[in-house]
Amino acid sequence: MAAVELKEKQEAKARQSRRIAAKGNHAAALAARDVDVDVAAIYPITPQVQIAEKIAELVANGELDAEVIHVESEHSAMSAVIAAAATGARVFTATSSQGLELMHEMLYIASGLRQPVVMALATRALSAPINIWNDYSDAMSMRDTGWIIIFSENVQEVYDNLIQAYYIAEHPDVLLPTVVTLDGYILSHTVEPLELIPRDEVLSYAVKRPRGYRPVLDPDKPMTFGPVGAPNWYYEIKIQQIMAMREAPRVIEEAAREFEKRFGRRYGFIEEYMMDDAEVAIVSLGATASLVKAAVNRLREEGVKAGMVKIRVYRPFPAEQIAKALENVAAVGVLDRAVAFGGPLEGPLFLDIASTLAVRGMVKPMASFIHGLGGRDIFVKEVVEMFKKLQELARSGRSETRTLFYGVKSRTKLN
Amino acid sequence: MALSKPVRTVWDIPREEQFAPGHSMCQGCGAALVMRHLMKVAGKDAIVAMATGCVEVTTTLFPRTSWKNPWIHLAFENAGAVASGIEAALKALQRKGVVDSNRRIKVIAIAGDGGTFDIGLQSLSGMLERGHDVMYVVYDNEAYMNTGIQRSGATPLGAWTTTTPIGKRMRGEMRPKKDIIGIALAHRIPYIATANPAYPTDMIEKFRRALETRGPSLVHVFSPCTPGWRIKNEHTIEVSRLAVQTGMWVQLEIVNGKPRVTVKVPKRKHVRHYLKIQGRFRHLTEEEIEQIQRMVDQHVEEINRWVGEQAIGPVVE
Ligand SMILES: Cc1ncc(C[n+]2csc(CCOP(=O)(O)OP(=O)(O)O)c2C)c(N)n1
Ligand code: SF4
Repeated sequence: MAAVELKEKQEAKARQSRRIAAKGNHAAALAARDVDVDVAAIYPITPQVQIAEKIAELVANGELDAEVIHVESEHSAMSAVIAAAATGARVFTATSSQGLELMHEMLYIASGLRQPVVMALATRALSAPINIWNDYSDAMSMRDTGWIIIFSENVQEVYDNLIQAYYIAEHPDVLLPTVVTLDGYILSHTVEPLELIPRDEVLSYAVKRPRGYRPVLDPDKPMTFGPVGAPNWYYEIKIQQIMAMREAPRVIEEAAREFEKRFGRRYGFIEEYMMDDAEVAIVSLGATASLVKAAVNRLREEGVKAGMVKIRVYRPFPAEQIAKALENVAAVGVLDRAVAFGGPLEGPLFLDIASTLAVRGMVKPMASFIHGLGGRDIFVKEVVEMFKKLQELARSGRSETRTLFYGVKSRTKLN
Repeated sequence: MALSKPVRTVWDIPREEQFAPGHSMCQGCGAALVMRHLMKVAGKDAIVAMATGCVEVTTTLFPRTSWKNPWIHLAFENAGAVASGIEAALKALQRKGVVDSNRRIKVIAIAGDGGTFDIGLQSLSGMLERGHDVMYVVYDNEAYMNTGIQRSGATPLGAWTTTTPIGKRMRGEMRPKKDIIGIALAHRIPYIATANPAYPTDMIEKFRRALETRGPSLVHVFSPCTPGWRIKNEHTIEVSRLAVQTGMWVQLEIVNGKPRVTVKVPKRKHVRHYLKIQGRFRHLTEEEIEQIQRMVDQHVEEINRWVGEQAIGPVVE
């Protein structure tokens, strides 16, 4: 008994010593260090730029043995890491906003060629007008590119998600590029406690070049990679990509289970907060979820049965889990920080949730909320208002057929 | 690397083929000759990164391929970046003992003139400037052939293309060809050359030296296109030779900034001989041909001054 206690104490102490204070950007770079990436392509863009700088610093002081390619653009960054991955290297890059858009062409090529590229995306609004602050417009533009997309809520998740990203992306049953988001400024520049994992433990978890994985560009086994896929083959190749995306949840779950077993932190596809008896719920992503939790807390004090669902794995979309989590609520709201211009409703996440429920015959009042574009502050009281709106909808039994925009200055208010 | 000895005669050319027949390149395609000889020199220990273009689409129609080497294509504008990524990966993997560090695996980037002079210029520049150990080969058929003969920055003055048509107001390409060698020179890379399939041993020897170079090298290869230039299938080599004999194309080699003309032309032919054999110049008037002649005269003078000898002589009819 005493021995066990002592061991536990020692373990707790060791973990304590691995706790540092770090910004989200540094957490991302430290994850790249701890998985021992071989090639990193770096190109600066706010708010991700500190990731590029930290990678350069880690390499400069010998903490990371990687080839850094100082590319001349994000398009080349993505091109170079896809090619490096095909050569058998473990790769990393990071970007935001316009940088992601410049990569866009290559995003499809990374997934179409099934290369396990891992990227950190410090989320930021898209131009025009130019705006360096947080929203999810950039991340949402990746929705249909065939990447696995994982959102992070805090600095620890940035680190943990990236380590899991390598486990997932390089798994022979998946081989899909994976992006991990960190909210621009809200996480990228915010210092929070971060518990690091010793590198040998990281590497025994996210094993480099796992069994069954081999480089494509090998002079001993020459292969033509990225050929022309005429109509007689293209479709079949795309079907395989779709199958890989469908296969991914099994591996994502395995990655999380294994991660919890070794490092004690648990991750799901979604996170439910106060959902057991919730009557109204809001679904959201990333760091915004923390705010929704705060609103839930306030409402619970008032006796309102509010709940929250945070989506961690956004692609592949965890439709079953979400449907189950929302099964018993009377009304569902979706808080988006991006716009699907001209869509049936303008919240991109809303469209996912609405179709998830609709095809399962789950007809219930819904509302699409948009707030926080271009770094506009969202306040707990505004989220509380959204919940109140949902209560109204629950009573009337009707959905909002138009998106509700919160936080806009009164003169430009829609609705 | 397959070839370590200099190539002096055709007997020194390796017999092994790394570029298989059965592709769908046109009869008489200059690029087909270029690829075949390039890959003979490269041998097995080379990885090819190719840009979108005519060669790519005609040699890799899945599930067939002409490439016996590891070969990768990602997009049109990024051959330089793709090659950079492969080279960086090899460096890291060799340092970490994953790939045999005694083995020299050469990375070759191949792109057309469009993928080099225009859309790919940025990624080429990045690759050259960062000093990657990559050989870059641009096969120059002087237009975008894959999309159907549109002009590029490499299209010569006066040439017809589908986007520089002959009409009342426009008479083919109105601007002279972009100076890609000057651009490469500005990057101060160790090896730059121009080559031409009408001079196979010269071309192969340049491929060999570029492959041997540690650091970035660029070989600019003349590459006639039978449908694009409106020439007969059997005229590819004829046109290539005339380009050199008229001074339209100069066979250069620039090692560490020091230039040399490898195929000297003591007596130059009038450009008329080169232009008249091609349909793409059919519309040119005598006056326009003379204008091109004057441009070539001036270029030849510059080259001679640069290399410090009269490597290209005067027009002698
Ligand atoms: C971003 C992008 N823009 C346009 C194209 C269409 N495209 C494919 S190949 C090509 C022309 C290639 O020309 P060049 O590099 O000269 O090679 P060639 O076909 O003449 O051999 C073009 C315009 C493309 N694939 N990608
Ligand atoms: S179109 Fe021109 S470049 Fe293309 S294969 Fe035919 S000859 Fe060669």
